[in-house]
Amino acid sequence: MESQAFQKIYTKLTNITKATVTLKAADVGYDEMALVHGRRAQVVKLMGDQVTLQVFAGTEGIPTNAEVTFMGRPPQLKVSEDLGGRFFNAYGDPIDGGPDVEGEIRDTGSPSVNPVRRMQPSQFIATGIAGIDLNNSLVSGQKIPFFADPDQPYNQVMASVALRAKADKIILGGMGLTNDDYLYFKNVFENAGALDRIVSFVNTTDNPPVERLLVPDMALTAAEYFAVDHDQNVLVLLTDMTLFADALSIVSNRMDQIPSKDSMPGSLYSDLARIYEKAVQFPSGGSITIVAVTTLSGGDITHAIPDNTGYITEGQLFLRRDTEIGKVIVDPFRSLSRLKQLVIGTQTRSDHPQVMNAAVRLYADAANARTKLENGFDLTDYDERTLDFAKEYSEQLLAIDVNLDTDTMLDIAWDLFVKYFTKAEVRIKKEFVDKYWKK
Amino acid sequence: MEKNNKTTGKVAGIVSNLVIVEVDGPVSQNEIGFIVHGKERLMAEIIKVEGVNAFIQVFESTRGVRIGAKVEFEKHMLEVTLGPGILSRNYDGLQNDLDKMKGVFLTRGEYTDPLNREVKWDFKPLATKGDRVTAGSWLGEVMENSISHKIMVPFKMEGRYTVKKIVEKGEYTVDDTVAVVEDEEGNETSLTMVQKWPVKVPIKAFKHKPRPFRLLETGVRCIDTLNPITEGGTGFIPGAFGTGKTVLQHAISKQAEADVVIIAACGERANEVVEVFTEFPELEDPRTGRKLIERTTIIANTSNMPVAAREASVYTAMTLGEYYRSMGLKVLLIADSTSRWAQALREMSNRLEELPGPDAYPMDLSAVISNFYSRAGFVYLNEKDATGSISFIGTVSPAGGNLKEPVTESTRKAARCFYGLSQDRADSKRYPAIDPIDSYSKYLEYPEVQKNLAENQGDEWLGNVLKARDILLRGKEAMEQINILGDDGVPIAFHDRFWKSELIDFVILQQDAFDKIDATTSLERQKYMLLSVLSVADSEFEFKDFEVVSTFYKEMINLYKQMNYSEFESDDFKKHESELQELLKTKMK
Repeated sequence: MESQAFQKIYTKLTNITKATVTLKAADVGYDEMALVHGRRAQVVKLMGDQVTLQVFAGTEGIPTNAEVTFMGRPPQLKVSEDLGGRFFNAYGDPIDGGPDVEGEIRDTGSPSVNPVRRMQPSQFIATGIAGIDLNNSLVSGQKIPFFADPDQPYNQVMASVALRAKADKIILGGMGLTNDDYLYFKNVFENAGALDRIVSFVNTTDNPPVERLLVPDMALTAAEYFAVDHDQNVLVLLTDMTLFADALSIVSNRMDQIPSKDSMPGSLYSDLARIYEKAVQFPSGGSITIVAVTTLSGGDITHAIPDNTGYITEGQLFLRRDTEIGKVIVDPFRSLSRLKQLVIGTQTRSDHPQVMNAAVRLYADAANARTKLENGFDLTDYDERTLDFAKEYSEQLLAIDVNLDTDTMLDIAWDLFVKYFTKAEVRIKKEFVDKYWKK
Repeated sequence: MEKNNKTTGKVAGIVSNLVIVEVDGPVSQNEIGFIVHGKERLMAEIIKVEGVNAFIQVFESTRGVRIGAKVEFEKHMLEVTLGPGILSRNYDGLQNDLDKMKGVFLTRGEYTDPLNREVKWDFKPLATKGDRVTAGSWLGEVMENSISHKIMVPFKMEGRYTVKKIVEKGEYTVDDTVAVVEDEEGNETSLTMVQKWPVKVPIKAFKHKPRPFRLLETGVRCIDTLNPITEGGTGFIPGAFGTGKTVLQHAISKQAEADVVIIAACGERANEVVEVFTEFPELEDPRTGRKLIERTTIIANTSNMPVAAREASVYTAMTLGEYYRSMGLKVLLIADSTSRWAQALREMSNRLEELPGPDAYPMDLSAVISNFYSRAGFVYLNEKDATGSISFIGTVSPAGGNLKEPVTESTRKAARCFYGLSQDRADSKRYPAIDPIDSYSKYLEYPEVQKNLAENQGDEWLGNVLKARDILLRGKEAMEQINILGDDGVPIAFHDRFWKSELIDFVILQQDAFDKIDATTSLERQKYMLLSVLSVADSEFEFKDFEVVSTFYKEMINLYKQMNYSEFESDDFKKHESELQELLKTKMK
């Protein structure tokens, strides 16, 4: 299949649209890759002897007598240890000036893991960010996105999460990254001296948008190689999945499909699930954890993209600017980690669940007090104390710029409880109060 | 030879998992075919025929398939294999046994036998020579886990038969002949323990299907007490993500009073199925003390598995349910979530270029959903006085949490119980987040259900339930007034009214699914607690000012919670109850 020598060259296109070309060709497989006028394309429709190809870079300037060759294979990636430290484009070609990677050829978009062969995720991932570790702990094998407005520093947060998490490999899948953000990631990884355990597949805003549809599959093929063949713990970063979904809608629109909610294709849920469900804990010890970014428009989580994402992922980390402290925090109300129950209090200190709940409850009381204040009602002494507590809690724990170990986070929470409340108001099990309540 | 009669065809077009096949003979709608792709055989189903072109939806990825590939049709629709050994199995949507598959990854074109052909079952005959039998008649039984699994005359056999021969009690494999029956023309048929049935056709081997009338105990208070579902009833749970659909479904599947539980994980997260795989072999059925896995079958077609098989998975689950119902068993069927199934229909309808209905769903969505829900129900079997039931609860994942979207609307027409999960309740961690005011159970309006409730829970029961609902409603109104006018802008009675509704909310509605004791509540206990709470609601208290009201009720709620966390009528339970009485005295008028 790989022999390029006897390939037939076609030169007669019968149809050209903005995204696709159609020609008469024989013996072509579905999903197969092709070259059209030097541009990468993929078979999206076979009808009799007519083959329709989606040209990733668009069809501008393609003549009807353009050369078309079929590659006889689906999108593939060569995998080996040499992937570490390298930067690739959406097709898996190096963009860092280095040589091609030699290795075993793997088809991207591999089949799903048999659900009975999965293990329950069970390993706590410490990120140093209390808004995550304390309130929404991550577990290896989990899939979770940041929900953030475009003006929030989600890429910076993700880079720190990646560097602090003790992953064997970090795979960055960048979709529609600005060149500045691409260079930012490159610098951060380089400065941290972590480059050799990082593999990047990047589609920047300079590249055609439809190309980015290949990025998650490339990143996850590399991830599966390290997690399955080498039993490594792999962290996959996907940013920004909203731009990925936008590319899906462009394609479906050009293919004359009937759009469903918010102009998104009807298959959006399945398309996203196919990617996120690659997160897995393998019985052999390897794992794939996916941390993604879904940018929102004005915090609206009912839009089809965050909505479908929320149904697929195991929680979400919601970033919000806290005007009280002037910093971005991980919102404790709208964030959720569905898998935290598997690790908190067992792999972290045993007072963790109770401290977490008490702090969030008191923070909620502060929110109520603020509403009261805004509506012009008088505040009680308790209300005043919750407001003071909330400010410090936000500043010292929720802000995304903290970097603490979990025990310190818990100690800080206890200090704040002691400072502002009585034992009865905090309502934590007696055994923990006896141990940690220090005047 | 029969094989020669099979129609074959050639692939003439491919768009994703929709394939057009030029056929050389007769085919039927919904017939199963296999695309021959190298060594792989990819299963598909005919969904439309146009001239010599059959449109098939493929249950696998079509990557690499070429024009001209051979397709072999099987002359039957998508079928499941029915026989002993289905319980405790993990199947995919097409009833392949997932545990029998070798690799870590699912291999395209790998199909595995749903039954174990080697294991021997202890067969005990129930019919005797000369008995007149029809489809669904019980010929014998084997013990499957702790359940009496009836071996029946296959549902496909039409007309009347006479038992010519039946084997003696003893050990047999599922493929051994256990009986020979003769039709009215004298043709004999040998029967084994195995039969097949097309999943899209309801099994109708029963006498009649009355309206459901008997309460199905789920152990979840805000279902059993406020909006009960019946044995053979239908209900649905719509809820935005994060409102606790999965926890509630798991709670119901763990605790409900059912002989057999079938869980169709249809297009949802794989890790949730892993949770069931991991937990159910450990957890005990609260009624029988046996492991939950013994009564459970899981149909796992998670969101990353082929989309077309998602549709099949709910039908597969329903057919397995109907099979066990025909044995006189109480079956609980859970599908999570029917929205994913509807989305699979939408994707295919789109590829077929059908004119779309609302939100691009197919126009017949509502009919498809109604037909499916109508397969549940309570039945009187042909077998002497035997009854069986399928109670069906489906979850719906409304896009954007909007309950006006087509799947929720269509399901509302079909299901009799509505358990709406409220975002507000979930946000304030009031779980299960079933909205007590918007949710309903149509069964409460059935006179036969009312009669059944009166017999089991007492004549006063229904009146008390309605009273509790009223208190909740009035509490909500009082809260709105307080929010507008301020704490001291309303009479103290408003605070009292509000806190009485909070009392019902905290003590009856909210339930800790992760607490060993609180997770499930018996009907007897539910009755006791409701009466206790209502007696408080009927009492009048003396308060100095509004701040005292909340302190008093908070203390009361705390004591009630301790009761909920204690074994019913245990010393702890009684201790908290007497503390409660002391507390009540302090403010009693």
